Amino acid sequence: MASHSILGVFAKSPLKALEEHIKTVHEAASLLKPFFTAVCEENWTEATELRYQISQLEKKADVIKRDVRMNLPRGLFLPVERTDILELITQQDKIANKAKDLAGRYLGRELTIPVQIQPSFMAFVERNIDATAQASKAINEFDELLETGFRGREVELVERMITELDAIEDDTDEMQISIRQQLKQIEDELNPIDVMVTYRMIEWIGELADLAERVGSRLELMLAR
Amino acid sequence: MDIISTYGVMLIAIAAIVGFFMAWGIGANDVANAMGTSVGSKALTIKQAIIIAMVFEFAGAYLAGGEVTSTIRKGIIDSAPFIPNPELLVLGMISALFAAAIWLAVASYLGWPVSTTHSIVGAIVGFAAFGVGMDAVNWAKVGGIVGSWILTPAISGFIAFVIFISAQKLIFDTKEPLKNAKKYVPFYMFLAGFIMALVTIKKGLKHVVKSGDLSISAADAYIYAVLAGILVALIGKFFINKIKIDPNADKEMHFTNVEKIFAVLMVVTACCMAFAHGSNDVANAIGPLAAVVSIVQNEGEIASKAQLVWWVLPLGAFGIVAGLALFGHRVIKTIGNGITHLTPSRGFAAELAAASTVIIASGTGLPISTTQTLVGAVLGVGMARGIAALNLGVVRNIVVSWVITLPIGAALSIMCFLALKAVFGVA
Repeated sequence: MASHSILGVFAKSPLKALEEHIKTVHEAASLLKPFFTAVCEENWTEATELRYQISQLEKKADVIKRDVRMNLPRGLFLPVERTDILELITQQDKIANKAKDLAGRYLGRELTIPVQIQPSFMAFVERNIDATAQASKAINEFDELLETGFRGREVELVERMITELDAIEDDTDEMQISIRQQLKQIEDELNPIDVMVTYRMIEWIGELADLAERVGSRLELMLAR
Repeated sequence: MDIISTYGVMLIAIAAIVGFFMAWGIGANDVANAMGTSVGSKALTIKQAIIIAMVFEFAGAYLAGGEVTSTIRKGIIDSAPFIPNPELLVLGMISALFAAAIWLAVASYLGWPVSTTHSIVGAIVGFAAFGVGMDAVNWAKVGGIVGSWILTPAISGFIAFVIFISAQKLIFDTKEPLKNAKKYVPFYMFLAGFIMALVTIKKGLKHVVKSGDLSISAADAYIYAVLAGILVALIGKFFINKIKIDPNADKEMHFTNVEKIFAVLMVVTACCMAFAHGSNDVANAIGPLAAVVSIVQNEGEIASKAQLVWWVLPLGAFGIVAGLALFGHRVIKTIGNGITHLTPSRGFAAELAAASTVIIASGTGLPISTTQTLVGAVLGVGMARGIAALNLGVVRNIVVSWVITLPIGAALSIMCFLALKAVFGVA
């Protein structure tokens, strides 16, 4: 009905949805913390419930993503390139998918986490969630970036955030190396298939931070224009 | 000649009713454009917007509305060919009002953002060219209006761009946006108050003081305008100081709080916009009406300089306010919910620019459309990368509607003209 008058020229901004999307994505990823706590305790009912919540959030993110893609008509004048927006939301969405896959895989196999590596495993998960939180924080600056016309101090602020995101990602890399070494030392005592899947899962968890970093660099590219 | 003396009162009554209908339509639809941005950015509630619009539309119409009236009455068509047949001009003006009012109602119903100004101009041109001949139309003036389709949005777009960029430089892109907002926003308020006051004094007051010799020299006018601007700025500053600053809202940039300050400014620009709108658009309804009244009262003589009868201007102003109060809230509400991502600072840049352009144009007597100025201003802010998304498809539709409004207004008015001629038995 906004077409009722000239004010229809203010199109519904897809950028607000971008913030909404990363918020949902981050929420999904951060549920991995209680999820893996439940996995450590082998509390599978709790884990099932949490996996369900993650998958609901992933679905919600999907709806937002589709909405942005559909509601990005050609006749829209945006302060940023439309291809960048589509690319950014695709990257963001992968984080939620990865969180869902992780939960699904652990629950499906009722895969446990060896007690010896549990503390570093949980720290690793948390650090990866930090990365998605940081990406969410940076994307949430979109409002302010618009306000300043993608110039000046606000750009520096966002760039600092992205630099920090890179630092978090570096952290997760190192944690990943050390956790693999810890796992290697105890792997003889464990079920070989479980060990192989656990190696795989560690990689997947690490991908959360990689994906978050990619969101950051997408944002950086938008700033560079 | 007989018709005018026989049916004089009736003709005036018909013209008044149709003029009121037209003013009603303007109020119900156009005002939403003037107030919508304020409501959309949540600077004002719908109720507040309606009250502000009522007060300032009326004030604008009454204090600064006279100048444009004469352009529509005398500028677009040449009165000379009508001198032997003044009844044609009377019937024609009624037809024009009726045609424009119908077009406005239809377009509003269909949701097309047409320009009320162009409806009436098209209608007047239509009956004049048809009823008397192509010579009766001052085509240069019409050409000027077509030119204004480009010129007005360009001017208001430029002003909006400058205002927005200046706000960026002075406030948003600084180390302490909040402090600078407190410092510079009163200046913008001053600007709004100054422009509004200047036009009121220079162009408007003489319509209120009937004798017309209210002696305010040019220098005095500027002094008064500056004083009015300072007054507005001081009142604004008072309200800014009353804002509760939430220290926890985004610590680093304080934009949430800065926007709160701009919301105060938005109230000022909303007043300004309503004033500008009233001053420019009331003429659409009352211009033709004033012509009818003048001819009838002079018993068919088409005076070169018609005195505006006292009740004509209030009638138009009242029509606008009544239309706004009874139907405006629906349109405003739609807009208030329909716009997303329009913050006070962006809305303010668009509105102040649009209002300034309308007021400047109102001062020069060019019947520009408020729709055009707002479209231009919105585009200007968008170009400055301020508005998150501009729907260029809608902009294109609006421009198309500007173009088709003239011929449709003309066609409708010719039909009304033929019907009226038949009713009153004019050959």
